[in-house]
Formats: sequence, C-alpha cells, structure tokens
Amino acid sequence: MAATTTAVPATGAAALARSVVKHRAFGKLLLLAVVAAVLIPVVNARWASGTWPEALTVDVSDPLTKTSDWIIDNRDSHPLFLYFFGHVSNAVVLSVRAVYVVLLAAGWAGVTAAAALIAWRVAGVRLAIGTGVAFLVSGLLNMWVPAMQTLALMVVAVLASVVLGALLGLAAGLSDRTYRALRPVLDTMQVLPAFSYLLPVVLIFGIGVPAAVIATVVYAAPPMARLTALGLRGADGGVMEAVASMGTTARQRLLTARLPLARKELLLGLNQTIMMALSMAVIASLVGAGGLGDRVYQALASVDVGAALAASIPIVLLAIVLDRVTGAAGERLGDSGSSASSAKSGLVWWGCVAVGAVAVALAGRFTDRLNWPQGWVVNIAEPVNRAVDWMTAHLYSGVPYVGGTADWAGHFTTWVLDPVRDGLQGLPWWSVLLIVATLAWLIGTWRTALTAVLAMAAIGALGVWKPSLDTLSQVLAAVAVTLVVGFAIGAVAARSERLERLLRPVLDVFQTMPQFVYLIPVVALFGVGRAPAVAAAVVYALPAVIRITTQGLRQVSPAAMESSRSLGATNWQQLRQVQLPLARPALLLAVNQGVVLVLAVVIIGGLVGGGALGYDVVFGLAQGDLATGLVAGAAIVCLGLMLDRVTQPTERRTRKGA
Amino acid sequence: MRRKMLSAVAGVSSLLVLTGCGAADMTKQASPFAGVAGSKTVTLSVQSWVGAQANVAVAQYLLEHELGYRVDTVQVDEVPAWDALSQGRIDAILEDWGHPDQEARYVKDKKTITPGGDLGVTGHIGWFVPTYFAKQHPDVTNWKNLNKYADQFRTAESGGKGQLLDGSPSYVTNDKALVANLNLDYQVVFAGSEAAQITQIRQFAKEKKPFLTYWYKPQWLFEKVPMTEVKLPAYKEGCDADPEKVACAYPHTPLQKYLNSDFARGGGKAAAFLKNFKWTLEDQNAVSLMIADQKLTPEEAAKKWVGSHESTWKAWLPK
Repeated sequence: MAATTTAVPATGAAALARSVVKHRAFGKLLLLAVVAAVLIPVVNARWASGTWPEALTVDVSDPLTKTSDWIIDNRDSHPLFLYFFGHVSNAVVLSVRAVYVVLLAAGWAGVTAAAALIAWRVAGVRLAIGTGVAFLVSGLLNMWVPAMQTLALMVVAVLASVVLGALLGLAAGLSDRTYRALRPVLDTMQVLPAFSYLLPVVLIFGIGVPAAVIATVVYAAPPMARLTALGLRGADGGVMEAVASMGTTARQRLLTARLPLARKELLLGLNQTIMMALSMAVIASLVGAGGLGDRVYQALASVDVGAALAASIPIVLLAIVLDRVTGAAGERLGDSGSSASSAKSGLVWWGCVAVGAVAVALAGRFTDRLNWPQGWVVNIAEPVNRAVDWMTAHLYSGVPYVGGTADWAGHFTTWVLDPVRDGLQGLPWWSVLLIVATLAWLIGTWRTALTAVLAMAAIGALGVWKPSLDTLSQVLAAVAVTLVVGFAIGAVAARSERLERLLRPVLDVFQTMPQFVYLIPVVALFGVGRAPAVAAAVVYALPAVIRITTQGLRQVSPAAMESSRSLGATNWQQLRQVQLPLARPALLLAVNQGVVLVLAVVIIGGLVGGGALGYDVVFGLAQGDLATGLVAGAAIVCLGLMLDRVTQPTERRTRKGA
Repeated sequence: MRRKMLSAVAGVSSLLVLTGCGAADMTKQASPFAGVAGSKTVTLSVQSWVGAQANVAVAQYLLEHELGYRVDTVQVDEVPAWDALSQGRIDAILEDWGHPDQEARYVKDKKTITPGGDLGVTGHIGWFVPTYFAKQHPDVTNWKNLNKYADQFRTAESGGKGQLLDGSPSYVTNDKALVANLNLDYQVVFAGSEAAQITQIRQFAKEKKPFLTYWYKPQWLFEKVPMTEVKLPAYKEGCDADPEKVACAYPHTPLQKYLNSDFARGGGKAAAFLKNFKWTLEDQNAVSLMIADQKLTPEEAAKKWVGSHESTWKAWLPK
C-alpha cells in the first residue's frame, strides 16, 4: 500500500508543483532523520526490545473489570439506572412497540401501499414500483414479520439518530469551538467497530431492543452531525451577508437562510444515517434485537447459507430502496423552487397519499388478509445451498492448472500474510513509530503526523502491540488486493457506460449485504484462517473503491482527454498519463476509503479465523469480558486513526501542491 | 445568549420529564415485540449451537400447543445470557455447560437465578480426529503420539506446527494451556465461530484430509463426519482449577437448566413444565439433525419429534 501512495505522486502533478513538493518533502525527511538520530540511541538504550517495552504499558484491565462488576452489582438498584437509563430504555421500548403495532395493524398490503405511495410522491414512479417490489419480496421469502420488527426498530433508531445528529451538527455548525471539539469525537466514532460498543451498551441496558437501538443510534448519528455541520458552515458568505444586512435576527437567519441552503447536505446526512443504521441490523441481533438480523444469525448456527440469504435479501432491498428514494428526494429538492402554490398542491398530494394508504390498509383488514398468506411463500434456501455446495466442492481444490481456492489461500498466507506480519512484528517498536511519522508527514502536516504517531503509541501503551501488528498486516494485505482489483475494474468501468450500468446493482448488493452471509462461503472456499478474513474484507471494501475510481476517472475534463487524443495518445497512454494524474485526488480518496472499510470488517475476520484484534473483540462480547473487548476495540480505532492520517492528504497540502 | 438559555431550559426540562415520573425498573420490562397484554409469554434463550436450538424448539412447541403460552426466543452468547436471565429479560436457559463464576454471582450471591435441574444430556468437550484417519493410524488417539503426526496436521495458518482447530470464542477452552503444558508441537487456530469451524471440518472431510479439532458431544456433526476422540491425561476433580496449569482432559458435564428466580416462583405451568423437561442424547440429536442436516425449520423439526415421542413429553406436562 505504501508503494501505491508514493507511486501516484511520482507520476502526477505539474513540474513546478513537483519540485516544490520534493523540496518540502526533502526538508521534512531531513528533520525527521535528525530527530531520529538523536532519539533512537536514547530510546534503544533505555528500552531495548523488539516489541513494545513492558515498562511503557498501562494496565487498564483492572479498572475496566471493576467498572463492569460495579455495573452488574448496581444496575438493578442504583438511582442512575432506575431514574435515567431505565427511562431511556422504557422510552425506546414504548416507541418501538408503537411503530410495530402500527405496522402490524396496517397489514402487509397497507404497509406496501404506504411505502410505495410515499416513494412515488418524493421520488417518482420507478422508485415507487421498486419500493413495492422490495416489500412484496420480503413477504414472498416468508420474512414479513421479522422485516416489520427490523423496520420498527430502524424507524425509531433513525429518527433518534437524525434528531441527535442534527442537534450536534447545529451546535458544531454555528460555533467554531464546538466544531473543533466535536470533530475528533466524530472521526473516532466513524472507525470504532460497532461490535466494541455493543459490549458496554449491553452491560448497562441488558440484552434486548433498547441496547440494540442505542448502539445503532451511537453508530448512525455521526454522519448526520458531520453533514449538518458541513452544510451550515458552507453557507454562501454573500447570501449570509445580504440576509444579515436586512436586519434579521440570528434565529431568522438560521431558519430562512442557513438551513434551506444546507438542505442537500441534510438529506445526504439522512441518507448516510439510514445506511449506517441498516448495516447495524444484523450486528444488533447479537444482543437480542430480533427481526431479520436474528434470522440471519440463527441460520448461521446451522450453517445454512440459503436461510441466511433469505433473511438478508429484505435488508439489502430495503437498503437499496431507501438509498435511492432519499437520494432522489435530495435531487428533487435541489431542482424545484418552493413557491406558495407548489407547497399547497404538495399538501393535497400528501393528503392523497395518506388516504390511499389507509384505504388499502382497511381493505386488507376487512378481507382478513393482515398476515402474509402462507401459500405465497417461495423457498430459496434449498437451491441456494445446493449452488453454494456445488461451488465450494468444485473450486476448493484440485482445479486443473490454476489450483483450487484453498491452495491460493495457502500460498497467500505463506507468501504474503506471514512475511508481512513477521516483518512488522520483527521491526523494533520505535522504527514502526518512525515509519508512521514519515509517511504521515510526507502526505500531511506535522499535526497529522503527530496524531498518527500518538495513535500508534497508544496501541503499545494498551499492551496489544503484537496482535495489532498482526491485524495491521492483514489490513495492509487486504487493502493492497482491494486497490489492485478496484483500480483495474474502475478503470475499465470508466471507459464503458454499459459495464458501469451492469456493475451498479452488483456493487449495491455487495455494499449492503450483511457480512455474516458470506462468512460461510468464504470459509468454504478459503479454509479457516487469515486468508478468508482478507477475502471478506476485500468483498466489503471493493464496491466503494470501484465507485470512487470510476467517478474520479470520469470527471477528468473532456478537453484534456480530447487534446491528448489529438496528440495521438493510445488508450493506455491516455489512462496512465492523463486520467490517472488528473484523478489523483479521487484515487487517494479511494485508498483512504478502502483502508477505513477494510478496517471495519476486521471483526468479521475474527469470526473466520483472522485472530488478533478482531477475535479479541468477539471474545470480549461472547465472554462479557469488558477489558479484552474494549481494549481491542480501542486498538482498532487507533489503527484506523493512524491509517487515516497516513493515507489522507490534508487540506493545506492539496491547496498548495496539486 | 438567548439560545443558550433556551437550550439549557430544554435540557433541564427534558431531564425532569425523564426522571420526574419515578423509578423505572429495567428488570420489569417486556420486549416490544411481545404478544398483546393478557397473553402468557415465556422468553427462552437460544444459544448458537444446534443442540440448544433443538431443546428450545421442542420446549417452545409444547408450551405453545399443549399449554397455550406464547414463546419468544432470544439468541445470545452464554455469558450475556446469564446476565439477561438475572435481569429477567429471559425466563430460562435450557442448556448450560457450567459457568462457575456466574453461578457464584447470581445463584449463590444475588439469588436472582434458580437451578432448574438436569437436562438429561451429558456434555463432553474433547479433541477429535476424523475416524477415517484414526482407522489408518490407531495410535493417534493417544495424546502421547500426537507430536508424531504434527506434520500431517499442518496447514498454512499453523505455520511449521500441527493445527489444532478451535472454535467459537464463547466456548470453554483450555487448549492453549494444554498444548503448552503437554509439550505438543501444535498451534491452536481459532476459527472464531462455530459456523466457520463446521464448514472447515466438512471441507476437510470431503477430501479425507487429516485434522485435529476441539469439539464437543452431543453434536449433530458426528452423524455427518464420524470423529474419534483423542485421549488426554485423565480428568481429576480440580485438575482444571488453575487455567494456566491445566494438563488434563475436559470433564463430563451433566448439562443444567436455569430459571429466573421470579419466573421459577410465579411462572405457573410454564415454569413447572420447564423444570420437568428432561430428555436423552438420542432425542436431542434426532431433532438437531433434522434442523442442521435436513434443513427443517426448528418448528417443523420439533413437530415431527413431538408427533412420535408422546410418552416422553406427556410426563413433562404439569398435572
């Protein structure tokens, strides 16, 4: 991965910029070398050991275990639990129940009609049909009731996340100080693996729906907050000046200018929040959330990929439909001006939608068709299982010439994963810090370099140096594979509209498919170990990388393409010398996203034999061991922070350099 | 300034609303998906392995069809299930493999959990090799000879050593200590989940490859992949007291049921039924196999079993 990040600048940038960058980079390197020359002998003399020195670790397991014991002993009687958490928990149960009862009372016909009508109103006919089909498929797969449980939970979680996120975003958008204080918190929450905060939440709320909803809110609120703040802060200075000169109060300015100007970001925030919340649907089932996730999880216990898939399809469809509908609503908002007459006709339309939905619901009620009819069920589990069996039986090993997937996995482990892991673990600890500092400083500022080094040092201090480097080696390998494959596919898709159209639904499915579903096929193909963990990570991170690459290459200005063509450049030359350099910011973003996404599935890797930090988090959750789980979770966050700083060019640089 | 005042007032008043209406006891809370008020509901914990699903499926079927209860199931790992049982989120655990720490805390100290008697099935954890391999190399079934075979059990993941496949992090295991204390040339590889472990075992078995795995009885997989146990140094009471120094086999554990104390006292017929629930290894395996291998839903499997074993379950119904 280091190779790709350094190779890109070498080919890119105009000659002038390049010499400036080189000059600055050289200065940074020189300074680092001087610092290293002074510090390393000292450090080495004091703590001479390959791995992180024992003396520099802080033992956090004792206080964590004590906290956990205190909560268990007091949660049934302490006022904090009786008067605060208890009420939060009750409020969640009441609201989820209310939504659930409404959904059940509307019956399958009513719910489908209501969803389709809303989609039609905000996003047009095609998406309305898609929405209706998504709901009907849930019924066909015999997943109606679990789907409604998940939906009820999601509605409450998304509403809570949006309110919480919008409030935080409002505070951060209006005050610089709050913004500076909130940003690192939001950054951290984005890389914190969902699994690791299931544990404290369960400890406080016990298993069940409240814990699931609260974990989902914690996970899904940050994008809303971030985008709200972004939208409010990005308000056009000229407009704000004009509004202010009309003598408006602060509140008027907020309501009439800032918020309407930020509506695109607000809708994007809503969209992101919904997607994040849905991606928690399965993970939340680990703490007894019920619904579709629970079906997936139970199917896993009997190694039944087909049944797991049947429960996942509604999640995938729901996610795609919600994504498209909120996206389309955002675009419409951008287009249409809001005049008084359209607002009035809008009200009428909404009235029609409500009447239509209620009518269908009542019709369902009177014909006694509230529950999904048992006869209309399609069993897909069996054919799917047969297909998976066939695939794994024929691809696992002994394929002529190329060898089976198990052989590839073996070679990959022996020739890539082992050397990288042993290499990282064999490096003296201070040299790891030095490498991190160098990489982060070259691409960013001294601040980002400092953050990266501190994050890495925190891992050592927490006493999980070795497993973290093991995880890091897996992450690096997965990112490398993802980038090679992703850039290749992205480059091809950028040239062919048709391929891109074909790819789009596939990418959608892989991006929203609960990772638990491909756990079994991945093991069946690659055996237990780190190789399947890498494979799972690649599957998860690939769609985003392909998307960003395609978009980045597409956005290269047609004029530049045309002029290079007229100079007689071949396709390959065009790609290498025009498109790639010009799309550099997008490609760097792809690297960054690839890293973040790969890190997000480290824990799924723990479930297929990846070991290291992912396994520790799962272990912590399974054994109720707060110390192990939280420390490993914190180490994953630190790894994420470090990798993010090492791969993300900071603003200062992009403005001056490229 | 005004905004700050406003938000402060809003914050304080919302806190007041939350706290003003008295204590909220989370242990008295029902699931939002529970049935309508008035119907009698029992919540059972399902653990991730199929044997546990079989217990729950049959108990659920009988509670619903013979005693008129509504049954909710919640899937959680073992240790969190104890917490949930103590809090009353679930009413019963039907199969527990022995958790001394939790037992001391909740049964003896806090008295929020009451033992519900034997399940009737005895559980045993051990190290297993596939029977096809044990037949070719009969001496592999003694731990003393394991080092001789380390080469054959090697995989890419175990590096230069033999691979001992371990499973889900929620299961009881001393394997790392065992490998160290018995001086075995093996590397413990954690599959991370039972699904991954079973999938891997099946792939090995399809190719008749040798493997060594941590596994447990009763388990339906034995019917699909016959496995033979490797003898470890005999288990003696207390030989596994210090987790670092364990050098003996795993015990045979009579699996236990546990009930929430309030439910045990006031649970009426359901509690009495769950206390009586007791079946055999063959019964459990029959149901497990229907679920895991024939891919019946737990409910269908339970229905089938109940249809053909009337004399067994009639005895569980409270008079």
